[in-house]
Amino acid sequence: MITGSEALMRALQNEGVETIFGYPGGSIMPVYDALYDYTRGPQKAFDHILVRHEQGATHAAEGYARVTGRVGVALVTSGPGATNTLTGVADAMLDSTPIVVIAGQVPIGALGTDAFQEVDLVGVAQPISKWSYQIRHAEDIAWAVSRAFYIARSGRPGPVVLDFPKNAQTEMVVFKPRHVDFVRSYVAYPELDHDAVARAATLINQARKPLALVGQGVELGNAQEELRHFLEKADIPAGRTMLGLSALPSNHPLNVGMLGMHGNYAPNLKEQECDVLIAIGMRFSDRVTGNLKTYARQAKVIHLDIDRSEIDKNVRTDVAVVADCKESLPALTALIQKGDHSEWRQSFLPLAELERQKVIEPAIHPANGPLLMGEVVNAVAELSPDDTILVTDVGQNQLFATRYFKYHHQRSICTSGGLGTMGYGMPAAIGATFGAPNRTVCCFMGDGGFQMCIEELGTIMEQQAPVKMILLNNHYLGNVRQWQDMFWQRRKSFTRMMNPCYELIAQGYGIPYQAVTERRCLRDAVSKMLSSPGPYIMECAILEDDDVMPMTPPGMSVSDMMLEPGV
Amino acid sequence: MEEKKLYTLLVYSENIAGILNQITAVFTRRQVNIESLNVSASSIPGVHKYTITAWSDEDQIVKITKQIEKKIDVVKANYFTDDQLFIRESGLYKLSTQDVLNNPEISRTIRRHDASIIEVNPTYSIVMKYGVTDHIISLYRALDEFGCVLQYTRSGRIAVTRGMQEEVSKFLEQREQSTEQSGNGGEI
Ligand SMILES: Cc1ncc(C[n+]2csc(CCOP(=O)(O)OP(=O)(O)O)c2C)c(N)n1
Ligand SMILES: [Mg+2]
Repeated sequence: MITGSEALMRALQNEGVETIFGYPGGSIMPVYDALYDYTRGPQKAFDHILVRHEQGATHAAEGYARVTGRVGVALVTSGPGATNTLTGVADAMLDSTPIVVIAGQVPIGALGTDAFQEVDLVGVAQPISKWSYQIRHAEDIAWAVSRAFYIARSGRPGPVVLDFPKNAQTEMVVFKPRHVDFVRSYVAYPELDHDAVARAATLINQARKPLALVGQGVELGNAQEELRHFLEKADIPAGRTMLGLSALPSNHPLNVGMLGMHGNYAPNLKEQECDVLIAIGMRFSDRVTGNLKTYARQAKVIHLDIDRSEIDKNVRTDVAVVADCKESLPALTALIQKGDHSEWRQSFLPLAELERQKVIEPAIHPANGPLLMGEVVNAVAELSPDDTILVTDVGQNQLFATRYFKYHHQRSICTSGGLGTMGYGMPAAIGATFGAPNRTVCCFMGDGGFQMCIEELGTIMEQQAPVKMILLNNHYLGNVRQWQDMFWQRRKSFTRMMNPCYELIAQGYGIPYQAVTERRCLRDAVSKMLSSPGPYIMECAILEDDDVMPMTPPGMSVSDMMLEPGV
Repeated sequence: MEEKKLYTLLVYSENIAGILNQITAVFTRRQVNIESLNVSASSIPGVHKYTITAWSDEDQIVKITKQIEKKIDVVKANYFTDDQLFIRESGLYKLSTQDVLNNPEISRTIRRHDASIIEVNPTYSIVMKYGVTDHIISLYRALDEFGCVLQYTRSGRIAVTRGMQEEVSKFLEQREQSTEQSGNGGEI
């Protein structure tokens, strides 16, 4: 017989867990006591990373999951520890990131009594998680933990919350490992409908101007190869969503850029001209489609997705193929004819060239004036190794970073797409360094977002986590400021921000720091950051009122995308 | 705007705590009111059945149904219009006995509406009626005109489909077969 807490350790081991991001407290003390033996000595099974705030634990678990494809784990106490994880849970839900959050809870006898640090976690987590469950007794641990991991990683991945009352942590139990790979009420991998594949193939074979929209589903399904075969055989140009950026390498000839509000000009305009739209593992988010009433009305729509509830949710489909794209893409590739759409593909080039001249060149190679975010990102992209992982926070820094970074390697991007969570960047980057210890991790943050989980500098310090932090300081909540300038008559309501001395902060944490204020120092500074072994902060003094362009104004059609502000 | 209709959702779930919460949250998120709700054990052991009615247009009810079915422990969710179902509700009407005695029209109305009196005592009488929503409401309206109704309540709807087999049984059979193939019997 072992305690429930030790049973939890065994159950996690059974799931192949190696890294746990956590923060202790009263209701999870028995588990932390068991963890003591499992993180050192002969029984060592895990690395436990002590974060500085439970939100950080969830984002770190997300970053870990994104770069590894495995389930990230966060371990926290009840009450405030548990509620602090909710932002990360919601973030993981919207971005289909597999994490398991294990939270302490008061003993079941005290539930409902407003006991100290009692929160109805299952109740509050249910609408924002893939599954939430209370493990009421020690004998349920093996089953519940295995089920949690299966649900988190299978099908369309997502966050699972396990509420673990203290009595179950201390009860004695005979541990029998379980391996759940079936939940009868949950069809993780819908069976491929070959008729639908055939109908999709017919549409593709007849198409004269096909356009593919590639989403994170391709990475989640590990179908990057299958995607390439499909695109290459059919000769179809492909745009990628922000979360799907590394599903197809930047330099692939069929890549036509990023979709969405601040994506590239050509794919956005071409969505309104294509005759067949092939959406692959993407969900037609409003950031991608703009005004739905006018979106791609001329096109027949094929939607490949593993999640049935995505079909016809935002955009009406002509053919839906509900399956894992690892399976549906090869099936489709087998039925399509070898295509040649060179004329159609050529027609993207003038638009791309226009964007290059008007937007990209001035952003990445400015001649004078203060530093721009685009050029910093470009310098990092050029000087860092090809398999570098891009992590971003949220705001202009995110949009510039995702636009100007280069993706050569799969699973190379961690960014908060659906929830747009400021504060995501730093902890997600920590998680990424643990998930991919041999890859460089570059994290772009704004001066606002840097301060939203700034406490995780403590974790970076303690772990010497080699996060290359690039602080793009424009002294503004820049993204909001841009909207105020563009749509709210330049009334800058509370977006100007007084900043602390980041050098002193870096010093306080013992993290190497360098400020870049001049263009001519930029590349050397980047090289220095990249070649220094541990964590690093490079603060760049950025033009205060630069705008991310192009932009589709909110509520407008993708064809209304503007190349310059105010035009 | 599509026209709004009264839809009935039949939802089957595992017997795990908190499912009702998850189902109603799908409605709440879209600010759709649930008109009536009935929860009971189904004919399949360990499976609970929820019968939910709500006013909606088809586009919205399709999305609601998919979102409900997406919940891990929900086995199946389907939506129906009234013509696809055999439907029953019941109404209870508590009347003042004195009024009923004083006005013979009241008893006649009860009989004409095919309702029965299930309790009589000197202060009140209880009338019960089974039927479809409209009939239960129309009896209420008729009785209310006499000013004799002390209390009135209508149950949630219960419904069975007009098709031969419960779709959910077919689904579960298929799932059981696939688990036998994967050699993981007995797991839910
Ligand atoms: C938690 C949270 N609060 C507020 C917002 C709204 N918001 C989006 S971008 C942004 C500005 C971010 O400023 P900063 O971090 O300096 O980045 P910049 O846009 O200047 O690069 C804000 C406030 C958000 N996305 N997340
Ligand atoms: Mg800023």
